[in-house]
Amino acid sequence: MATTDTSASEWPLWEVFTQPPGGKPHEHAGSVHAPDAEIALQNARDVYTRRGEAVSIWVVPSVLISASAPGDAGPWFDPGNDKPYRHPQFYKTPRGVKVF
Amino acid sequence: MTTDPKTPAPEDPAKMAEFDTRLARDETIEPKDWMPEKYRKQLTRMMSQHAHSEVVGMLPEGNWITRAPSLRRKMVLLAKVQDEGGHGLYIYCGAETLGIDRAELIDQYLYGTAKYSSIFNYPTLAWADIGVIGWLVDGAAIVNQTMLARASYGPYARAMIRICKEENFHKRQGYELCATLARGTPAQRAMVQDAVNRWWWPSLMMFGPHDGDSPNSGDLLKWKVKLKSNDDLRQRFVNLTVPQAKAIEITLPDPDLRYDEASGNWLIGPIDWAEFKQVISGNGPCNHERLAARRAAHEEGRWVREAAAAYAAKRSEPAGQAA
Ligand SMILES: [Fe+2]
Ligand SMILES: [Fe+2]
Repeated sequence: MATTDTSASEWPLWEVFTQPPGGKPHEHAGSVHAPDAEIALQNARDVYTRRGEAVSIWVVPSVLISASAPGDAGPWFDPGNDKPYRHPQFYKTPRGVKVF
Repeated sequence: MTTDPKTPAPEDPAKMAEFDTRLARDETIEPKDWMPEKYRKQLTRMMSQHAHSEVVGMLPEGNWITRAPSLRRKMVLLAKVQDEGGHGLYIYCGAETLGIDRAELIDQYLYGTAKYSSIFNYPTLAWADIGVIGWLVDGAAIVNQTMLARASYGPYARAMIRICKEENFHKRQGYELCATLARGTPAQRAMVQDAVNRWWWPSLMMFGPHDGDSPNSGDLLKWKVKLKSNDDLRQRFVNLTVPQAKAIEITLPDPDLRYDEASGNWLIGPIDWAEFKQVISGNGPCNHERLAARRAAHEEGRWVREAAAAYAAKRSEPAGQAA
């Protein structure tokens, strides 16, 4: 390899979240490399919102994100999965009655 | 998360079985999930090649931005070329989730042995080439990428969904340009026909070797990274394109092209794979020029990257310490 460019690898990675118009929540769009938050926002705008996809952008240094481990995905989410009585379908209603 | 690629240890059979079960259930594989080393390697290769192709793809079209014949065409071409740069960035970002650094990917591409799509090593000789690239090259890319939008690796699939939303504009503007020239003066008609004659076969080669000769296809299909084979996708593209050519009264340069009633397919004549091999191994008409242009852009942008890094470092210094 003739040249290894260290100037690019020193830029930290930022995760980009964009909020679509219409009051929807921010969602993960992808990531960008940037030396600081200001340039991360500009890069995110240029890369992820060329067609009016967003009314707001968040950028977060990727290293600051804590995520649940995929290995215990099952047990970790069990408390939510084993309670069918949290869903309306769990309940019986008299035939022919319109509940909703 | 990453494993040294130089030590291919045998995979844990229990994890392997679970991975296969997940694929069978059409679950997506996410960055932190366990995955076989071979899957990670194949994906890294495929996604980085794809990202490099998007970026190098800006060059043949960028060549005509200053010479676009109207302000409308110039704006369209600028937007299209900018999209291609964006596509490269979406996929680099996805590739990085596999544990490889972006700078390393770019280094492999500029100074190493990483490949990119053979199509971008052909020259854009005339203005009509810009229309034909949008119509045929982006048209072929859409067929490929629509399938990849359901790839098993989540970040790749999501990048493809984003890209597919933008590609239709690329194809439409190209086909419109071709249709306009085809309705124009005899010289304009001849220009678009000549461009189609030159780009048709390289566009068909974009789908890669025939299924029997494709070294990576088996794994990629097994891992559900690819859901359709090279030949299936190529056939789909031919079937879509033949009527489009007819509609603008342009012929495709294949004397063997014929409709097969039984299968409902347009069958093509033999592809010149010797040419394909030459181009992917570095001997296409523009390989050297393309790489030289990319290297120059990277080198000439170095001071910008360094200045931005210096500025960020200076601003993050505690107050009072700044010079
Ligand atoms: Fe693209
Ligand atoms: Fe495109």
